Amino acid sequence: MVTSVTSLGRNGLYDWLIQRVSAVVIAVYVIGMLGFLIAQPDLDYGTWSAFMGSVPMQIANTLLLFSVAAHTWIGLWSVTTDYLTSLTFGKAATSVRLVVQMAIALLLLVYLLWGLLMIWGGA
Amino acid sequence: MKVSIYRYNPDTDREPSMKEYEVDTQGKDLMVLDVLNLVKEQDPSMAYRRSCREGVCGSDGMNINGKNGLACITPLSEVAPGVKEGKKPLVLRPLPGLPVIRDLVVDMTMFYNQYEKVQPYLQNDTPAPAIERLQTPEDRAKLDGLYECILCACCSTSCPSFWWNPEKFLGPAALLQSYRFLADSRDEATEERLSRLDDPFSLFRCHGIMNCVSVCPKGLNPTRAIGHIRSMLLERGV
Repeated sequence: MVTSVTSLGRNGLYDWLIQRVSAVVIAVYVIGMLGFLIAQPDLDYGTWSAFMGSVPMQIANTLLLFSVAAHTWIGLWSVTTDYLTSLTFGKAATSVRLVVQMAIALLLLVYLLWGLLMIWGGA
Repeated sequence: MKVSIYRYNPDTDREPSMKEYEVDTQGKDLMVLDVLNLVKEQDPSMAYRRSCREGVCGSDGMNINGKNGLACITPLSEVAPGVKEGKKPLVLRPLPGLPVIRDLVVDMTMFYNQYEKVQPYLQNDTPAPAIERLQTPEDRAKLDGLYECILCACCSTSCPSFWWNPEKFLGPAALLQSYRFLADSRDEATEERLSRLDDPFSLFRCHGIMNCVSVCPKGLNPTRAIGHIRSMLLERGV
């Protein structure tokens, strides 16, 4: 048993499940968005704005935002714990890993809040 | 034919190097171990492990032209096209990811530590019956494809997740053994076993790239075993 304070769920199964569920949300969103863009060859600002401003799309965008943030965190957390270790950075590994992980977390948090402002800030 | 072998003696060498040998196989499709024995006759200082020479003991696991395998049951014709004919060199390196003791001999401690962690023995606290603990043929069949592992470490040392986290990720060999006891109808420690695998590293560092499956000299499938454990964790967790 390995304890991992900075993984998202602090539990392998939980992280694994979130990774899969968020991937499905992202895939469904991308396919839906492609469908919309193909169905609207003469897309103008008015149509786009009305489409993105509708409540179903606001909910879909919010779901997408949370899914991307969670998916990215779990994925990059795996990458940092694979490659930023004592094998590559020696004694400095923990500091390097912590700094990179915190930078990623901060960036994702900013994206999340900024995205929510865009979606729900309203005009 | 040309044979290129990884040489490293920590007492005398500053760094490892590849040494070339010329071996006469007389056109025969020898096993890689036979070629190594011929090299040993030329150069007795070259070190490698071997014992049973028939794929049972798991001693001579090594990296053969980029792919892990047992030297004793890998014929030259299966190494790579052109190797048997002498058009391409036979390239032998120690198993990747483990510390090299000398030449092709690696320190397997990290590998065995992970094996020990899965408690690879039957745990059953009910009083033993007068004869052995019986098992239905169906339950016994569940152990096929699991018990045959010879712990040669070809799979774990071909797994990048094991290279990067050999102390945290159990690796395919240990996980295959873990499932061997999870799947055993006579074992009673299922809950304790599963609860030790639930963290982000021990099992979940497996990303299913199946290097382990492609190199296993016994044709076993650790990725499938890991998938079964994951399903058990999922059933228990949701």
